[in-house]
Amino acid sequence: MIDLLNALVALLNYVVIPATAYGAQLALGALGVTLVFGILRFSNFAHADVMAFGTMVVIGVTALFQSWGISFGILPTALLALPFGCLATIALVLGTDRVVYRFYRRVKAAPVMLMIVSIGVAFVMNGVVRMFVGTEDRTFSDGARFLISARDFKAATGLDEALSLKTTQAVTVVTAVIVVAALFWFLNRTRTGKSMRAYSDNEDLALLSGINPEHVVRVTWVIVAILATVAGTLYGLDKSFKPFTYFQILLPMFAAAIVGGFGSPLGAIVGGFTIAYAEILFTYAFKKVAGYVLPEALQPDGLAQLLSTDYKFAVSFAILVIVLLFRPNGLFGGKSA
Amino acid sequence: MSSRVQDTPTSRLRGPLLFAAVALLILLTGLTSSWNAALSLLNMGLISAIMALGVNVQWGYAGLFNVGIMGFIALGGLGVVLTAMPPVPEAWAAGGGRVIAALALAAAVIATAVLLWKRMAKGRARGLAIAALLILGFFAFRAVFDPAVAAIEAVNPAATGYLGGLGLPVLFSWPVGGLLAAGAAWAIGKTALGLREDYLAIATLGISEIVIAMLKNEDWMTRGVKNVIGLPRPVPYEIDLQQSQWFVGQMQAIGADPVTASAITVKLAYAALFIVVLGIVLWGAELALKSPWGRMMRAIRDNEVAAEAMGKNVKGRHLEIFIIGSAIVGIAGAMMTTLDGQLTPSTYQPLRYTFLVWIMVILGGSGNNWGAVLGGLLVWFLWVQVEPIGGWLISALTSGLGQDHSITSALQERVAYTRLMTMGIVLLLVLRFSPRGLLPER
Repeated sequence: MIDLLNALVALLNYVVIPATAYGAQLALGALGVTLVFGILRFSNFAHADVMAFGTMVVIGVTALFQSWGISFGILPTALLALPFGCLATIALVLGTDRVVYRFYRRVKAAPVMLMIVSIGVAFVMNGVVRMFVGTEDRTFSDGARFLISARDFKAATGLDEALSLKTTQAVTVVTAVIVVAALFWFLNRTRTGKSMRAYSDNEDLALLSGINPEHVVRVTWVIVAILATVAGTLYGLDKSFKPFTYFQILLPMFAAAIVGGFGSPLGAIVGGFTIAYAEILFTYAFKKVAGYVLPEALQPDGLAQLLSTDYKFAVSFAILVIVLLFRPNGLFGGKSA
Repeated sequence: MSSRVQDTPTSRLRGPLLFAAVALLILLTGLTSSWNAALSLLNMGLISAIMALGVNVQWGYAGLFNVGIMGFIALGGLGVVLTAMPPVPEAWAAGGGRVIAALALAAAVIATAVLLWKRMAKGRARGLAIAALLILGFFAFRAVFDPAVAAIEAVNPAATGYLGGLGLPVLFSWPVGGLLAAGAAWAIGKTALGLREDYLAIATLGISEIVIAMLKNEDWMTRGVKNVIGLPRPVPYEIDLQQSQWFVGQMQAIGADPVTASAITVKLAYAALFIVVLGIVLWGAELALKSPWGRMMRAIRDNEVAAEAMGKNVKGRHLEIFIIGSAIVGIAGAMMTTLDGQLTPSTYQPLRYTFLVWIMVILGGSGNNWGAVLGGLLVWFLWVQVEPIGGWLISALTSGLGQDHSITSALQERVAYTRLMTMGIVLLLVLRFSPRGLLPER
């Protein structure tokens, strides 16, 4: 019985908690990708760099607050800086849309053209971020490090296995829930949100019923900027901030969006958690868990790890391929432009 | 892309003039800094031109958007190691046969799964059977594979720890690199072609990351991050030239320093090889473009629905061209690794490989092979020279502030990052104001 509890705690500690936090970050990122796809109808390769930009501003404002002695108790100061990061990112994406993307909308360029344009935008944003903060690793989380620390948990329960919950993980999940709830309320209940969904479903019909496309696009960019900044900041708080790791989560984010169905917000969330759990389950070494659950004779010799952690891309990719082969429109039947 | 350009005298002169300008830029580098630097620029420029040709075949002829160029380049590099390095007999004895058996087992499992998928009736039984087969197959594969890998990697890990290659002359590795890339392209194309165009882009992005992860982690094959160094060369070594009586005599006769001259001779030899390959690829690409096959490709690109209605197999043709283009990129990747003389998996960065090649194609003129070559040479030149030019600009602009002013030093530190931005801005400007590129398709 105790063995079973120990195994359960080990699973919670090494699989469930990290995967939930990572899934929340991916889901927020994938929501941004999927919204751009639904409304603007292209795959935005610059999304990861928008995230990196937002995070960079948050880091700057956090440092400023810290130097003024402002802190947020046990929560990371970065949460206080988040609104400023969002504002800066909104300004950035609206500016980018005005200078770059709008022209291609006017000439009704093919989606693939916009995709290439977004790569150019990614280059420029990446350059800007690197120029401001360089490429080194930065950690910017402060406040209490753990909500439940390993030692307290062991003392309280008397188990061999420890459970720890980092503040950043709890903050990630709570923030993600709030942001997603607000987003769905906005999309389903407000006039602008409804017009966005109408525009995404059928552009011509939406235009005929008097929806102003430029307004819809502007609102979309504002939402995407907020989502990207929140996702980037949470990811950076949980791990650390490095400009090029953000480019690397582009693939899991796209995979999440496609698994759920491109253009479907609910699908993006399901996809994000699917990818995160799969990545961690496939790369987790089950030796410890097996040690508690299995009898002596069946103990694995190795780490009982399906794939080395460096192949986590391969997991999101494999899921992507399976979905493409068997359900090209994703689980929630996204659009096929 | 589809409208034709008027054949005016200026448009006919445009190509030669632009190529002359690039040649002049490289000559100027030779005159102002060193001939060694100029030839390095030329060599990488030629390789870039071949990469750009491969991408142009995919994008310019068929409108296929490949974001995994880096992966195909890296597969080319793998080809060099597998072909040209001498085999490690101890490692082969330790686990070579077993690795081959494991890979054969994996291939057999996948083939059986595909067969089951095709033969069994649709339904839950089929899904369960295939899932069970794949899961069992995976564990069986790991059971055979893991001990073999451990045995191979234990053989003198500091110097080898991998199987080595076939020990063939390095020039053979170039087509091998192309074949590896073609194989990967076949697998990707089978999955992602025929779906939305973004799916191909994202699938190629994924495969390129996986190829790099594989090169970094499969130590038994590539030594991983320990790198494979000292790859054989198709040209003589500088040191041998310097020790050759004949060479030193020749160089002294024309009054050149033998050490510098040997470096330049080696680079010239590489340049000659690269020009031959570039010539063959360019000739083939032009021939294909002007053939009925090339016209069909462009017809498909410009209107898929119409081409399909005329009975053309769009997906099949796309698969063909995707494989051909990737193979060209793979060949160029093998050439690059040969030129470097080492395979260093950690140096493959998507911005440097994938996206820079895209800029070459688009700036040069998508759909025009000569444009791709021009773009390859020109963009490579810019990529290398932006940093010194940026540094020079900053010192000129901040000369009033003095060398140790904080702004000066802060700016100097950041020069390195101007490359990305300059390339991004170049791409955006070309797409916006001259989307047909320097040498438009005709």
